[in-house]
Formats: sequence, structure tokens, C-alpha cells
Amino acid sequence: MKADKIKFLVFCLLVLLAPLPLSGGYLVNVLVFVGINSMLALGLNLLLGYAGQISLGQAAFFGLGAYGSGVLTTQFAMNPWLAMLIVAVCVAAFAFAVGFPVLRLKGHYLAMATLGVGVIAHIAFNETIDLTGGPSGLSGIPYLSIGEFIFDTDLKNYYLVWGFALVMILLSLNLVNSRVGRGLRAIHDSEVAARVMGVDARLMKVQVFALSAFISAIAGSLYCHIMTFISPTSFSFHISIELLTMVVIGGLGSVYGSVLGALLLTMLPEMLRAFEDFDIIVYGLLLVSMTIYLPGGLVRGIPMLFRHLLPKRGSHA
Amino acid sequence: MLRLSGIGKRFGGLTALEGISFTVAKGSITGIIGPNGAGKTTLFNVATGIYPPSQGAVLLEGRDISALAPEKRARFGLVRTFQNIELFGKMTVLENVMVGMHTQSKSGIFSCAFRMPWQMSEERRIREKAKEWLLFAGIPELAEVEAGTLSFGKGRLLEIARAMALEPKLLLMDEPAAGLNSKETAELAELIKRIRDLGVTVALVEHDMDLVMDICDALVVLNLGTMLAEGTPREIQDNQAVVTAYLGEE
Repeated sequence: MKADKIKFLVFCLLVLLAPLPLSGGYLVNVLVFVGINSMLALGLNLLLGYAGQISLGQAAFFGLGAYGSGVLTTQFAMNPWLAMLIVAVCVAAFAFAVGFPVLRLKGHYLAMATLGVGVIAHIAFNETIDLTGGPSGLSGIPYLSIGEFIFDTDLKNYYLVWGFALVMILLSLNLVNSRVGRGLRAIHDSEVAARVMGVDARLMKVQVFALSAFISAIAGSLYCHIMTFISPTSFSFHISIELLTMVVIGGLGSVYGSVLGALLLTMLPEMLRAFEDFDIIVYGLLLVSMTIYLPGGLVRGIPMLFRHLLPKRGSHA
Repeated sequence: MLRLSGIGKRFGGLTALEGISFTVAKGSITGIIGPNGAGKTTLFNVATGIYPPSQGAVLLEGRDISALAPEKRARFGLVRTFQNIELFGKMTVLENVMVGMHTQSKSGIFSCAFRMPWQMSEERRIREKAKEWLLFAGIPELAEVEAGTLSFGKGRLLEIARAMALEPKLLLMDEPAAGLNSKETAELAELIKRIRDLGVTVALVEHDMDLVMDICDALVVLNLGTMLAEGTPREIQDNQAVVTAYLGEE
């Protein structure tokens, strides 16, 4: 219990200090997106890593959050903070409604159904041109602001995004170590036993699906205000796969693993520029090799590696 | 306590159960026996709501629960253990038992995420009570061990502790002695008697006849999906039809 608190405080400190040595350079901009991806990966990890239910449609909720906020603030001149809240609640309600039929499915069928949700949303962003601007995108989205303070630089956005991310991480840590978290993990390990123990598996799965949609929608809203321009390509199937890769690489069923996966996979494209569109092959290779050789993800793999290496070094000395 | 009335179960063209009617008396240990393929496990699955019956009704304390899902039946005090042990393998032993207390706690997503004061005190209560059940089952030292690493015998004890944490009225046990050695079986017999002494009605499917004759107050014999006999262990031992079903005709 106490060790968990210290871990979280150290993590907060790291997040707080990380931009200082970077002096507002390009890397701060990358870290803003690491923060957004961390939230998205966290949302998916609650669903996949804890409850054991796959979703290949997370980009839909991210996109709905971004377009919801974008449309409400540009075309209806709504206050961005209010819009963010309304949109997140609506997206969660949408996921709740979709979740009831979809989460009755298991395995490949669930993957296909959530994939379908993602594809339908992507088509909707492209085709509802009057609202979203279609393929040419939606521009002129305002920056977020508090009174006179406007979030218009990378450094300000960094603290904005990570402020949200840290709150979500803390709440998620609380959640997974509670009655609800135990129920979710029980469903993952043996759904039939969980139900016999009185865990309402159907309802719980839908609830966590809605929660992951809520988190993704908040990330989407922040994204649209930071970019001030959004287009459907940012919310395609490709993104859902990237998120899946983040969670698997970072560590299924680990809150911090989501952040680690987001960090690596957000930095990776910078290194994969040379591959252009073939970068998805690299994601595929990463996914396959991780699930075969390191199913616990890096967050469990790295300590394991140290345990293997350290005693050896000791015996040499 | 539990009344099965005219239970039938068909899977496509296969009739697994037909015309099963008997009562598990309150406070008893009732054994359900029969040769392999008699339909014992199917009967348990119908009783706990894993599948609905094709015919007939399941009544718990006079209430018709035939149409209820397993999680609803758990709320009415019906719980079971599994023949092949269904533990939550990646969770600790203590956490497994804490899941058993799911119906006796009610914190939802919001109170858990925000660590509301009432959620924290509920969490403490669950944790303490779960430790007591581990003590009851005789495995308190394993609390922090990952459940998936337990031996079969210890896993069975954990399953019982987890089921008891629900504070059930009726505990159904599917072959509790399967895979246990004779020392473990003797300990199991004592544990089941202690469970009955707590006022919990027990019904069990079992192949170990010594165990069944030792602890059961009443027996039901199934054969090929139908009821063959019903009575006290002594009556069943003298029943010619039962002997024939088990040993074949001369």
C-alpha cells in the first residue's frame, strides 16, 4: 500500500521534471503526444489487460471525443471545458449502449465487432462533411484556456495533458486494487467462476468498456484543442492497432505498463520514418515477438532481466 | 432448502437428464452419486444456472430460481465449487477469497476510483473477513501466494474458502475429493462437516464411496440421466438396482 504511494509520487516527480532538461524543444512536443497516448493505452488496458476483453475500435472513441469537442467549440461556440465534459459523458453513454450487444461476444467475434465500430466511426468522420469537414478536416479549433492563461505552447500543453494523465493514472490504480478491479480480473481468469461468485460479468464488462471510452474521449478532446486541426486519418484503424501494440508491449494488466508502451510507441515512429507506410509491419513484428517471448510486457520483462543479470555480476565479483 | 422438480435437459437430440425430482433437506449433507455419464455434473450446472433446464423447475427455499443467471443465484445464497477447480489464477489466494465477498459489498466504479471513506472501510472489512475464511480452510499461510501456483489439494481448499466467503445457504460441491490423496480426503471430510455445523446445507457429487458413506445424511443415485434411487446411505447400499447399475448384472 505504502510502496504504491511512493511509486506514484516518484512517477509524478519524473513527469514534472521531464521537460526541464529539454528546454522546450521538439521532444516536449513528442512528450505531449506520449501523454495523450498514455491515456488511450490506459483506457484500453483497463478493458483488455484487466477485464480480458479486446477492442479494436478505441480510435472511434478517441475520434468521437476530438470531433465532439471540435464541432461544439467551432460551430456552436461552446465553452471548451464544458464541451469536453459533455462529449466524454455522451461517448461513455454511447459505448455503454453499444457494449451491451457487442460484449456478449467473445474472442475473435468481439475483435471483429469492435473493429466494425471503429470502421463505422471512421466513415462517419469522413462523410458527415457539413459537421466535420470530411476528409479535408476541421480547422480553427480554439486553444484551451483558463481565464487569460492560454494553453498555446508545447510546454503548457505538456503540463495540461500530463495533469489529466496523472489524475487518470491515480484513479485507475485505485480502481484496479479494489472490489471492482478484483471483479474485472476474476472475469479475465474464469468468467464462469466469477459469475458463480456473484460478479455480474455482463454489466461489469460494459461498465469498463464505457470507462475506457470516457478516458479515450477526454484524450480526444485534449488532442483537438492542442492540434487546433483534426482530420479523419488521426482516428483510423491504424491508431487502434498502435494502441493495442502499446498495451501489449508495455504490459497487459499494468497501469504503468500503459505509459511505458505509449512512450516507446510514440517515440518509435520518429525512428521508423525510413519505413514510411511499412511501419505497420514493424508493429506487427513487435506484437508477435512480444506475445511469444515476453507476454508480461516490458514493465514485467525489464525487472526480470535485471534479476537474471545481477546475480551473475555478483558471482563474478 | 433446494428442490428440483421434474428437471429435464436436452442437448440437441441427446437427453442428458429426464424427470429428476428430489429435495436437499436443510442442514443436511446430500450426496449425488452415479456411474460416469449419469448426468451428475449436468445436474449441478442446471442447479447453478450455468445452463437453463429444458424442463422442470429449480426451487431454492421455495423460490423458483430456474430462470436466474448464476450471479443472481449467488445473491440468494447458492454457490458451488468445480470438478476441475476454477480459481482466479493470476490473483493472490487472499484476493480470490475477497472476490467471494463480492455479493456482500457494493462499492462501484466511482467510489473505488476516488477511494471514498466508506469504500476504504468496506475494503478493510472484506480483507479481514477473507483472512478468517482462509484460516477456516486451513491455508492462512498462503494468503499472498498467486493462486495459479497452488497444488491441486490446496487449490481445492481455496475454492472452498472462496465459496464459503459468500456465506451461502447451500454449497454444491462437484467431486471435491477428486485428485486428493487419502490424507487430504480425510481432512476434506472434516472440513465439510464443519461447514455443515455452520448451518450451511451441502450437496455434493462424488465418486469416493467411503467419503460419501461417511459424511452424507442422504443420497440420490442417478443413472443414464434418470433417478435410480433415493434414501439414506444404508438403504442405498442394500438397493439391488443401484448395485446392478454400478457392477452390472450377474
